[in-house]
Amino acid sequence: MTDTLVAFDDVLATYDPALGLEVHVELNTNSKMFCGCPTEFGAEPNTQVCPTCLGLPGAMPVVNGKAVESAIRIGLALNCDIAEWCRFARKNYFYPDMPKNFQTSQYDEPICFDGYMDVDVDGETFRVEIERAHMEEDTGKSLHVGGATGRIHGADHSLVDYNRAGIPLIEIVTKPIRGAGAKAPDVARAYVAQLRDLIVALGVSDARMDQGSIRADVNLSLSPKGSGTLGTRTETKNVNSLRSVERAVRYEMSRHAAVLDAGEKILQETRHWHEDTGVTTSGREKSDAEDYRYFPEPDLVPVAPSREWVEELRGTLPENPTARRARLQAEWGFSDLEMRDTVGAGALDVIEQTIAAGTTPQAARKWWLGELARRANEQGVLVDALPVTPADVARVQALVDEGSLNDKLARQVFDGLFAGEGTPDEIVAARGLAIVSDDGALSTAVDNAIAANPDVADKIRDGKVAAAGALIGAVMKEMRGQADAGRVRELILEKLS
Amino acid sequence: MITRTAAELAAALAAGETTSVAATQAHLDRIAEVDGAVHAFLHVDAEGALAQAAESDARRAAGATRSALDGVPIAVKDVLATEGLPTTCGSKILEGWIPPYDATVVRRLKAAGLPILGKTNMDEFAMGSSTEHSAYGPTRNPWDLDRIPGGSGGGSAAAVAAFEAPLAIGTDTGGSIRQPGAVTGTVGVKPTYGGVSRYGLVALANSLDQAGPVTRTVLDSALLHEVIGGHDPLDSTSIDQPLPALVEAAKRGAAGDLSGLRVGVITEMSRQEGGLSGWQAGVLARFQESVDLLVKAGAEVVEVSCPSFVHALATYYLILPAEASSNLAKFDAMRYGLRVWPEADASAEEVMRATRDAGFGDEVKRRIILGTYALSSGYYDAYYGQAQKVRTLISRDFDAAFERADVLVSPTAPTTAFKLGAKLDDPMAMYLNDLATIPANLAGVPGISVPSGLADEDGLPTGFQILAPALADDRCYRVGAALEAALLEQWGGPLVPPEEKLS
Repeated sequence: MTDTLVAFDDVLATYDPALGLEVHVELNTNSKMFCGCPTEFGAEPNTQVCPTCLGLPGAMPVVNGKAVESAIRIGLALNCDIAEWCRFARKNYFYPDMPKNFQTSQYDEPICFDGYMDVDVDGETFRVEIERAHMEEDTGKSLHVGGATGRIHGADHSLVDYNRAGIPLIEIVTKPIRGAGAKAPDVARAYVAQLRDLIVALGVSDARMDQGSIRADVNLSLSPKGSGTLGTRTETKNVNSLRSVERAVRYEMSRHAAVLDAGEKILQETRHWHEDTGVTTSGREKSDAEDYRYFPEPDLVPVAPSREWVEELRGTLPENPTARRARLQAEWGFSDLEMRDTVGAGALDVIEQTIAAGTTPQAARKWWLGELARRANEQGVLVDALPVTPADVARVQALVDEGSLNDKLARQVFDGLFAGEGTPDEIVAARGLAIVSDDGALSTAVDNAIAANPDVADKIRDGKVAAAGALIGAVMKEMRGQADAGRVRELILEKLS
Repeated sequence: MITRTAAELAAALAAGETTSVAATQAHLDRIAEVDGAVHAFLHVDAEGALAQAAESDARRAAGATRSALDGVPIAVKDVLATEGLPTTCGSKILEGWIPPYDATVVRRLKAAGLPILGKTNMDEFAMGSSTEHSAYGPTRNPWDLDRIPGGSGGGSAAAVAAFEAPLAIGTDTGGSIRQPGAVTGTVGVKPTYGGVSRYGLVALANSLDQAGPVTRTVLDSALLHEVIGGHDPLDSTSIDQPLPALVEAAKRGAAGDLSGLRVGVITEMSRQEGGLSGWQAGVLARFQESVDLLVKAGAEVVEVSCPSFVHALATYYLILPAEASSNLAKFDAMRYGLRVWPEADASAEEVMRATRDAGFGDEVKRRIILGTYALSSGYYDAYYGQAQKVRTLISRDFDAAFERADVLVSPTAPTTAFKLGAKLDDPMAMYLNDLATIPANLAGVPGISVPSGLADEDGLPTGFQILAPALADDRCYRVGAALEAALLEQWGGPLVPPEEKLS
């Protein structure tokens, strides 16, 4: 069934959108939220489990102090108040990948509450108010086998991997975001992007949307334009890329408008986002009948972070990523486009470190967003995961600057770095990559080129200096690219003048 | 051999008069002899117990004993996880489950060198006061096989009363150690909440559960309490403080001098009128005699009123089912235990439903439904929320009472052991048997039940309950040992069930 949609601009003529975002951040603690099991991504199924995270009878939880610390740091970075005393609560519902059939979460006593984040959209600032950020544990992961799409419908059987069960999560919930109008999709995207940057800067999560370490649920409702009311919302689950956040908001706005225009009511429900087709489909109905029967977790004692500790943690907060970006852009003289590309490629830190090692901003940008971004892309990783350090890049550029390497040779040095052949200087020496500017060797090669291309030589003698390029190419070929091109040109012109 | 107390057995082992293997074998023989009639055990691990006993003897020969009770065998209630031994909680839904880990209490027993004889019977998931709700059949009271041994820990109490084990571990959520102790003529201790680790104790109601000793003497309970008690980092609610000196307190109490001690008799729980009702005349008579003995030992008696205690039972039956309904949700056939397929291509949800329907007994289902209702949106404040407020009032009553008295006393249970089946169809009547024990669980304070004699009307054991402030478990032992010493002198020896009824 295809949804009827209203053109985006027409939606705005009749309705005001209200957004709400719930972002789950998987923390990068060494152990799980309530037990000592490791949290490494991608391990063999059901190898990182124990009685507690499997929910075996009798097992009990113990709160991971590092996770509490990360939660508080996230809250402080989002300008939240930090609870002096708060409890965990049980959220009761049955699902095969829930080991205890309740999730240990927080209910009416979140550890962080009442914060905000200022989000930049095309030079305009939107204040997104944060309702709460609370701690909870992740569930296991169901794998449905035999169905066409990996969904439970039509599956032959299901497997459950409990490695993910008990991984610490922080759920960050916004208050309704109103007044964004046509920019609602952009505000949603920019909020998640900026939140991700903040999480990266805090160092509390791998922050990989593609691996699910940041997952966004998008709530959206429409109300009659100017009415100031809030309409019925839908919650689109697990929107796992920035682009999808924007598209999902756009899609739901168009879909809601069509339903409302037809005089029908929006069903309060959970919807699934389909990355491939760019549409949402109905999930389970989220009626008021769904009752999680929350009550305080009796196996845990309250979390009561001392004010001294909170202030100590406030002192560990990194520079606000937005402010830092503006500062670096000014220092480096990057254009808006260059800066956006730099951030998008996750190259901000490595470029900063390369510049600190003595390279000019433009040269650092050229390598990291050019050659190295290409290689990172081939490997499906971010540039900071490559086996090349900012110090390596700075050294390669220094060799180029002093004339020992050209760009082509520099790329061969990177080949050597990827192959683990040592430092840039060791690779240059071992591979014999240094540029030859010694006149003796170059002179012979120039003579050979002139002899092999008498017609070109004649043109140059006739004053057609531009033809020298063909002879330079021949020399470079003979010298396997290691000739100093400038000196070769000088020698050709000397010999044919 | 089997009539010796744990302390006597330990002394005999230390003196080289016997071996752990001999002591363990004697109790295994006794189990073989009488447990067909008593049915205290759900699982007997003869091989494992004898192997642990042999190791204990080897340690002793090498001069490397691990504790005062090294080599003294013990029985463990089937609600504690035991690595490699079945753990059913008296439920069909856990039939066949072998835990891959030991509860902290079990780990400490093993570390102290106590051979584990087996697992004892209990009401399903500890829900009951008679052990009749066990899915594996009831345990019978060694004093009268037609009568209940109390519950939920009827198996542990009966095993100790029938000399099948010198020691046992019980768990007490609303009286499941103390009430069986009272009706079988044994000693049972509910420690301060947080005093003994709950890690590996399959939770009934997490905020009320405590594991504790089940023995025939106060000193034995103190010895066992010191083995299992103390802080456990795996239980967040465990108290991070050293235990008081319990054995020392029991020894001091046995010397008989209680001068300066203020004993508070709880008005609402010590007479027919003016509070909780339903007290058997013989129970009250033995209670009053014990109070008189404490006075004779030098204690000063004061009467204290705890008006909120009359609401304790109602409060308990909101908090317990609420927590239990959530705890029991994990029994869904997905990872362990029973799995029932209603039809070949059933969905996970259908398998869960069919398994829970077949695997849980009626009392368990009743409490799951009660708890689910009490936590429901729209009812939470009226039921669970209100119960928590009353719970606070009960704690305040205790605080006020302990301003005036060092310990509080009452009969442990309102009646002696009733007949099997007598209250099975009347849940309220069954629940009322715990009215004197429940307040301690709601407030987290420690309590002990000590045998106080036999009721005139039926010749069955009665129990005397001593409650102390949180962390002051030593007072229970001091006063309990003093009373025990005075009563033993009066009786000329311990009260034991008539042997001819057991075979």
